[in-house]
Order: sequence, then C-alpha cells, then structure tokens
Amino acid sequence: MDMHAAKKKMSLKEKYAHMTRGLDWETSYQSPEKVFPQASFEGIKIHDWDKWEDPFRLTMDSYWKYQAEKERKLYAVLDAFAQNNGHLGVTDARYINALKLFLTGISPLEYVAHRGFAAAGRNFPGVGPRVACLMQSLDEIRHAQTQIHALSNYNKHYDGFHDFKHMLERVWYLSVPKSFFDDAFSSGPFEWMIAIGFSFEYVLTNLLFVPFMSGAAYNGDMATVTFGFSAQSDEARHMTLGLECIKFMLEQDPANLPIVQKWIDKWAWRGIRVLTLVGMMMDYMLPKRVMSWKEAWEIYFEQNGGALFGDLARYGITVPKCITQCTIDKEHISHQAWATFYQYGGAAAFHTWMPSDEEMDWLSAKYPNTFDKYYRDRFTYWREQAEKGNRFYTNTLPMLCQVCQIPMLFTEPDDPSQICYRESDYEGEKYHTCSDGCKAIFDDEPQKYIQSWLPVHQVYQGNCFPEGTDPTVAGFNPLAKVLEWYHLEHGKDNLDFEGSRDQKNFDLWRGMATKNT
Amino acid sequence: MSTVFIAFQTNDDTRPIIEAILADNPHAVLDEQPAMVKINAEGQLVIKRATIEELIGRDFDLQELQINLITLSGHLDEDDDQFTLAWK
Ligand SMILES: [Fe+2]
Ligand SMILES: [Fe+2]
Ligand SMILES: [Zn+2]
Repeated sequence: MDMHAAKKKMSLKEKYAHMTRGLDWETSYQSPEKVFPQASFEGIKIHDWDKWEDPFRLTMDSYWKYQAEKERKLYAVLDAFAQNNGHLGVTDARYINALKLFLTGISPLEYVAHRGFAAAGRNFPGVGPRVACLMQSLDEIRHAQTQIHALSNYNKHYDGFHDFKHMLERVWYLSVPKSFFDDAFSSGPFEWMIAIGFSFEYVLTNLLFVPFMSGAAYNGDMATVTFGFSAQSDEARHMTLGLECIKFMLEQDPANLPIVQKWIDKWAWRGIRVLTLVGMMMDYMLPKRVMSWKEAWEIYFEQNGGALFGDLARYGITVPKCITQCTIDKEHISHQAWATFYQYGGAAAFHTWMPSDEEMDWLSAKYPNTFDKYYRDRFTYWREQAEKGNRFYTNTLPMLCQVCQIPMLFTEPDDPSQICYRESDYEGEKYHTCSDGCKAIFDDEPQKYIQSWLPVHQVYQGNCFPEGTDPTVAGFNPLAKVLEWYHLEHGKDNLDFEGSRDQKNFDLWRGMATKNT
Repeated sequence: MSTVFIAFQTNDDTRPIIEAILADNPHAVLDEQPAMVKINAEGQLVIKRATIEELIGRDFDLQELQINLITLSGHLDEDDDQFTLAWK
C-alpha cells in the first residue's frame, strides 16, 4: 500500500512562483526575437521580465475553481429570471432600450477584448503577464457569453435584440465602440495594455459597470445586475493587471515615460468619448436613476483618477491632458448625445423619447449650470411637437469625427452654442475631428486614421445597401435600404418609444401578470 | 492622502467580510448602494483572514473574496493572511 506523507500546503507566493514563473522555458532552436516579433517595435524597453508582479497571485487551478463558482451563482439567477418572467419586473419598458444599446454596443467588445488579451498574452516575452493575460482573455469571453445568454431572455419578448453581431459591423453609432477596440487591437501589445488594460479597465470601467449595474438593480432587472456584477468581479483583477503593467513599464526604463504618457493622453480621451454613450444611458434611459453621469464622473474619474494620477506622479506621469475639457464636458455630453439619438431615432436599433417634466426637474437639479439654460427648452419644444403629431426626425446624415467616429454633436469648450470641429490636412485631403483631443490623435498617426471605416461616408459611397440594390430606380429611398442592410426593421426596432410594439406588449403582459383578465 | 476603496455585492457571503473590514479599519466609511456595498478609506485598507474566520466559524481563503468583488482602487498586495490596498 502506498503511503502518502502529509504535504505541507504551499503558501500563495510559493504556489504562484511554481505555477507561473516555473512554467516558462527558454527557446533553443529559434531566437527570442523571432518567437516574440511584436515585443520591440513600439519602442518600449524591458530589461527584466522577472520584475513583473501579480499582486493577486492567482494560479490557473484557483482561477478555474473561483470562476466556476461565479458561473453557478450567475446561472441560478438567470434561470430564475427566465422562469418567473423577470422581464416584467423592470420599472418600465423604456429601460429595456438601455439593454439593447448594451448588447449591441458593449457585449461584442467583450469578445474583442478576449481576442486582444489572447494576442497580448502570446506576444509578451514575460511569463507573468502572459499568464495574467491568458486569464483575462478567458474572463472576457465569459463576459461576452454570459451577457448574450442573459439578454437572450429579452430577445424572446422585445424588438432590437435579434442581430447584434451583424449590427456591430454596420450601424452608424456602433462604429464608435467598435473602432475604439479595433484601434487598440491594431496597435502593439504594450499600447494595447495602456489602451485597454490601463485606461479602459483601470480608469474608466467603473464608470461603465458600477453605476450602470446599480442602475439595473434600481430598475428591477436582476438578470443584468447579476451578469454585470459577475463580470465586474473579474474587473478588479483586470484593473490590477493594468496598473501593474504601467508601473512595470515605467520602472523598467526611463525612456518609456514619454511613450507611456502619450498613450495615456490618447486612450483616456478615446475612452471618455466612447463613454458618452454610457452617460446618456444613465441620465436618460434609466427610468429610475441612481446618480447622474456628472456625479459618477466626479466619484470615479475626478476623485479616484485623481488619487491614481497623484500616485503615478512619482514616475513623472501627469494627468491626461484632456482633463480641462472633460471638466467642462461633464455638464453637457449626455444631453447632447440624447438629443442626437432622438433626432436620429429613425436609424437607431432602439427607441427614443423625450423626458417627462418630472425627469426634466431631476436633470435640472443634477445639472444646475447647464440643463435649463441650454437643453430644457429644446426638449420641451420637441415633446410638444411630438404631441401635436410632428415628431421630429432628421433625415440627413451627420459628419463624423475621423477618430472617435461620433457625429459632430459636441460643442466648443468655451461656447456651448457652437458645434465644435477641427480640420487637418493630409496628403491633399481634408479630415475632420470633433475636438482638440481627437485632432491631436489624428495628427500623430494620420496614416492610421485615414483608413477609418466611417459609416456616413460609406452610406454616401453606396456601400451600405443590400446586395443587388439599384439606387437609380425611381422613388429610391436610401434610408430604407440602409436600414434593411443593418437588419433593422423599420417601425419595429426604431422610432419613438411611444406607440412602439415594446410599449404595447409590456403593458399588456404586465397587465396579464397582475390581473385576472 | 488619497482614498482607496473596495466594493462587494450585497449578499450573505459578504456580510461577515464587511463586518470584518469595518472592525479592522476603524477609519473606513461604509457606503451602501443598490445591490452593492462600497467601503472607502483614507490611505489604506486591510482585510484580515483571521478576522473573517472568527466571524464565519470556518477556514477562509482570501482568494474567495474575488467571487463577490465588484471593484477596488489602490495598489494591491495579497498573501495568505491579508489583503491590503494602499496608495503609497
Ligand atoms: Fe469584460
Ligand atoms: Fe475586463
Ligand atoms: Zn472625435
């Protein structure tokens, strides 16, 4: 009979050393440069990969154990939600439109994050970041899958959830988040880590998940809260990886500082522009609001980011240079974005509406400097017009920013009555950007951004119609054809919330759930 | 000095964890939000395995914190006995 001597349990540090560092090997018949061809072209100098620290010290065996536990908890809630018609428990059916935006605009990015971290893990010569990137890559595909699963419950009952993948690659406003991740993925592994690992995960992810998920809880949506918090439980690890990565680059060589600073400036601005969509969701799309976009910004960016950049100052890092503009913008962007979606509600895969008087009072209390002065009258006018049967839809297409791909909807930092745009010349062509931040990014790498796939340009070039479309026939309706190409069904997926199928069905089903008729 | 924070889902697993954190960090401030609990603390925050074990009456592995964790800020250092968040 075999005798097993009782083994002493390894400490966390020992286990981590064996199960990450101990798994590395030196290549013999290929040079390291050939095995890791992307490790040097960005100019980041690394002298000793062993200096990399993973403070969580998570090893693969524990990773599987805890992730499995998270999945069990999540799926118990999702089953209960589906079995009990949980969708009828949300505050009102307007809320569901925030989920449509989430599924089409955010969940697919989880999948891109999965691919990006798999690539980063492959491309880093150090074993510490490779293991951490592998775990994050697995987390991110879990996020994509659980979000799609959770929201598929809504697809059974509501419009607009039916073809998110197809839409991501075509619909005008979805090119904003898509191009953000494509920009990061098409850079090198170090820039990817600053773009996604640091700027997005550390500096900005709290603004996306925490207030939005608390908002889902507040609006009675248990399924979304649960997938949100389940995904978010991985984020603490992602944030830590992002922070470790930046510290590591800065500690390895002083020559890395200017490169890292440039990426921070770029990616903070890119990320903040994308989060305009989140600001709009928080201020306009949640029937019951937890906090305003401005308040979330102050807690998670100004206070928390302030502490972070205060700490990184010892390496010579300064706060992202967009901070002055952001301090002005926080009072405006959610209103400007919602006004734009309201006008373009004919071409959006969700419903739009104007806030009620009570909601406008909330907005003026939260935005005392701007809402009444710049937005309330316009919104009241649009609402009155809609009530008279003149619901206003814009039928022309907006100019897009060459970098962030957002329509030119933002105003000048020193004049909220003036639309802001900037112009650059490159090889005899003019390119337009929405801000000083986006212009600086364009001017630094014009050869990259002239390749942007801009939805509006593509529509005008005739590239956004279903195959076989003949635009020369009499009575040709380009918008109808574009919607068809988007797989967006006119009259069901788009237009006003008032009078929509979603609104009618929700009222009907909720009535059936609470009455004996 | 800057504030660090940690946030957990509000549930039965996290109740004793939060109780332990508040006991071990008298300077910490509790902020209860829908479905989540956030704890803010000036400078640093320490989570001790022993205090949690005392409250739940069983062995506890600090990596279990990850199951219900929502977010954190500050530099992290974790070993078998404690989980520390701090701005240096
Ligand atoms: Fe994720
Ligand atoms: Fe993440
Ligand atoms: Zn822009």
